[in-house]
Amino acid sequence: MSTQVPEKAESETESETEPERTETPGDRRRAEKRARQQESTEVQETTETEEESIHLKVFRYDPEIEGKMEPRFDDFHVPFTKGMTVLDALMLARDRFDTTLTFRHSCRQAICGSDALFINGTQRLGCKTQISDLEEPVRVEPLPHAEVVKDLVVDMEHFYDQMHAVEPYFQTNEAPSDELQEQHQTRENREKVKMSTRCIWCGACMSSCNIAAGDNEYLGPAALNKAFRFAMDEREGEDMREHRFKILDQEHGVWRCQTQFSCTNVCPKDIPLTEHIQELKRSAVKNNLKFW
Amino acid sequence: MYEHDVIVVGAGGAGLRAAIAAHEEGADVALVTKLHPVRSHTGAAEGGINAAIRDGDSWEDHAYDTMKGSDYLGDAPAIETLCQDSPKETIQLEHWGMAFSREEDGSVSQRPFGGLSFPRTTYAGAETGHHLLHTMYEQVVKRGIQVYDEWYVSRLAVTNHDDPTERDCHGVIAYDIKSGEVQGFTAKNGVILATGGLGQVFDHTTNAVANTGDGAAMAYRAGVPLEDMEFIQFHPTTLPSTGVLISEGVRGEGGILYNSEGERFMFEHGYANNEGELASRDVVARAELTEVNNGRGVNDEYVHLDMRHLGEERITDRLENILHLAEDFEGVNALEEPMPVKPGQHYAMGGVETDENGETCISGLYAAGECACVSVHGANRLGGNALPELIVFGARAGRHAAGKDLGEPEITTGKTEDSELGQVDTPVEPGAVGTPEDAVADGGTAVTEPSQTVETALEAERARVENLIEKDEGVQQAELRAKLQKSMTQNVNVFRNEDGLKQALRDIRDVREEFENVYVNDPSRTFNTDLIHTIEMRNLIDLAEAITLGALARDEFRGAHWRQEHQERRDENWLKHTLLSWNNGTPELWFKPSILEGAEKKYEPKIRSY
Ligand SMILES: Cc1cc2nc3c(=O)[nH]c(=O)nc-3n(C[C@H](O)[C@H](O)[C@H](O)COP(=O)(O)OP(=O)(O)OC[C@H]3O[C@@H](n4cnc5c(N)ncnc54)[C@H](O)[C@@H]3O)c2cc1C
Ligand code: SF4
Ligand code: FES
Repeated sequence: MSTQVPEKAESETESETEPERTETPGDRRRAEKRARQQESTEVQETTETEEESIHLKVFRYDPEIEGKMEPRFDDFHVPFTKGMTVLDALMLARDRFDTTLTFRHSCRQAICGSDALFINGTQRLGCKTQISDLEEPVRVEPLPHAEVVKDLVVDMEHFYDQMHAVEPYFQTNEAPSDELQEQHQTRENREKVKMSTRCIWCGACMSSCNIAAGDNEYLGPAALNKAFRFAMDEREGEDMREHRFKILDQEHGVWRCQTQFSCTNVCPKDIPLTEHIQELKRSAVKNNLKFW
Repeated sequence: MYEHDVIVVGAGGAGLRAAIAAHEEGADVALVTKLHPVRSHTGAAEGGINAAIRDGDSWEDHAYDTMKGSDYLGDAPAIETLCQDSPKETIQLEHWGMAFSREEDGSVSQRPFGGLSFPRTTYAGAETGHHLLHTMYEQVVKRGIQVYDEWYVSRLAVTNHDDPTERDCHGVIAYDIKSGEVQGFTAKNGVILATGGLGQVFDHTTNAVANTGDGAAMAYRAGVPLEDMEFIQFHPTTLPSTGVLISEGVRGEGGILYNSEGERFMFEHGYANNEGELASRDVVARAELTEVNNGRGVNDEYVHLDMRHLGEERITDRLENILHLAEDFEGVNALEEPMPVKPGQHYAMGGVETDENGETCISGLYAAGECACVSVHGANRLGGNALPELIVFGARAGRHAAGKDLGEPEITTGKTEDSELGQVDTPVEPGAVGTPEDAVADGGTAVTEPSQTVETALEAERARVENLIEKDEGVQQAELRAKLQKSMTQNVNVFRNEDGLKQALRDIRDVREEFENVYVNDPSRTFNTDLIHTIEMRNLIDLAEAITLGALARDEFRGAHWRQEHQERRDENWLKHTLLSWNNGTPELWFKPSILEGAEKKYEPKIRSY
């Protein structure tokens, strides 16, 4: 069983044999710590293989740590229990074998959107993916098409920027002035926007989209879906609708979508993203006819 | 160094609402949060928001239900404020576009919930919290409020006067998780803690991994009392494998609980002859465990919750999310089989002692949401009462911190003439282990000069982080966390007894001593989650101890707090709140009377039957 890929071992040796190259005592201690930690990882992993275990291949990278600056995959063998998700396995690998293993997670129930990962070649939420549904070894990588911060953590700034670009907030001139009076919405209208309101900002769709990968300014499926959520809400009013279509009907807006369905396929909340984008295109055409 | 008028720590429902309110008062406000706002645990709330917005309902009825639900440990001024403000705050969300479920006529839907005399739980499918969180974050974006996301607040900058009520809070220290840079944040007007729940003290919980009670622990060490910590709510319907919650909405819509013998035990074994499955949460949680302990559990562990008879249409309309949760996390198709459920830690009724304006006894320091205890939930929270708490008291704290006059609060904070000192017999010494760093208020060394407070705290925090990362051997937090969670779940759970509570205190002490040797294995400054979890671990220790001390002190049975040796509610002794003050490292127990006197009437304690 392999434990670490060679790059790491090499860089470890390097820093051990040439301690004078390290700047502070702290740096040296950290280097030693890394070496020790690697040893203990190896020992524990060997004993673990006695039980029924699951083999993970996990992407590793740290811009600061000598042995990790060169991206690599680490192997972990964690004991398997029924019902285990990829997130469970990662947490176990971290808590038992290597506490430096880094990934985002919080709710464990597919609602916080923080653990979208590239698992066996597909964007999925770690917490919603059963190990038993996957082929071994389970390959876990950060979301493609985003800058890696460390290990499985990617920079989400661009995703957030695109979300913010569509004015992702309710705007209406028709809100009642009485603070206790409701602003009615029909059931049909709520039903229409319902799926679009489910987005948890996980970024899986954006990561799966070829067009977004090639065009950094393309708003992308999540932001367009967010725009759909408001553009189709009857409570916003006609003026606002027109304003929203101005944002969408731009070069890097709805027209970029080439209906490849990759976003729809990976969305963990089953939002019909491609369909929503298509509907926005149709409405944009109608709008243009109307306002020209 | 960053500077703002108001700094809100945490961007869940309470933090976002506070920030919007402060902004509306004209303050320059910033949100500092360890998770991006939309990742906050408010997003997981399912069932709904209680608000008396219909004809036939009234805020007075809501207040009455809440007082009864609290087992007469809530404070009337807080409960009345909650119930009076909730309708306008809920409709405010509707005006902000929140996607509530709708009736035929287009008005927002409401459903029945446990312990409510009127179906006043306003909801958005079974994902109310998700919609509430996103709607409020949208409003924050709209207003251009500054958000420092993925910044971890690890220390409060508080002056170090001997008497906590003379201390001032001038800001916080936080580090940028992405870069590891530790920075000071000065708050000209005030700091609002909105850091949420502490479920990670237990190992079977509905709470997120990030719910480690950071704000409550920091406030405690800075000198603010923690109130009613023994009251932990265990939710009766969580999935046995993960702790994922199955909303009370399922029972609200008519879901039925069965034991392994197929008996509808809530009625057949007489736990709640009137309300059955819709009795208050504490009642149902105890009933389930009693069934299991008497050999009528399924697989000796759980019971069944059945909603098949509601029909596919109703289920997909109102509880669709539940189908996904049961499928994804338990592999059960809830349209065709009953779901396995058991009680799990769910909510902390206690927390940072505040008044109705969210202010603590340290001036300039506020708390709102689940980390706070303004005392609306008392000994037991009614389902659907936490979300209104976030928006009502979040908004009040935001306004007050921004300088708006909200009138004199009726609830007092900090020790007053009404307070009474308490005694509890502990098997081991609680509190700090003895290093000075461990014992002093989080403000650090004795500083009374405002401008210097943040500086001094910043230096202390930089040193602490440096130490943790530099230290190269010892024990790792994951091991300690597992030990603590296990002991709490074994000993401070739904059923409690003196021996167990004392055992928990011993275990906590062991963990605390071992924590002296904790070290962070990851040497990197970049996104160091090992460091975060280590700092969180310290918070879990202090909170676990406060919960257990409170539970040992309260020798009666009230609300969620059940004691084997004390099977009676003892109003003559215990119509009072337990408070714990850190007192430079030595937890001190004291009490203050609960306030049953409302604006117009007094709530008379009655036997709570369902
Ligand atoms: C599964 C579940 C279902 C629920 N359903 C309902 C329901 O139907 N109705 C109801 O009324 N209540 C419900 N509740 C209770 C209610 O949802 C919570 O009490 C409430 O959402 C807590 O909100 P909050 O704003 O206080 O905290 P949270 O939403 O947890 O937010 C905490 C914030 O603090 C930040 N934070 C924490 N520590 C730090 C730190 N050290 N530095 C910086 N930032 C920090 C986090 O990043 C986060 O933004 C439910 C709870 C759970 C767990
Ligand atoms: S649309 Fe779906 S995949 Fe895209 S961010 Fe939202 S939840 Fe994730
Ligand atoms: S951990 Fe929250 S979505 Fe997976």
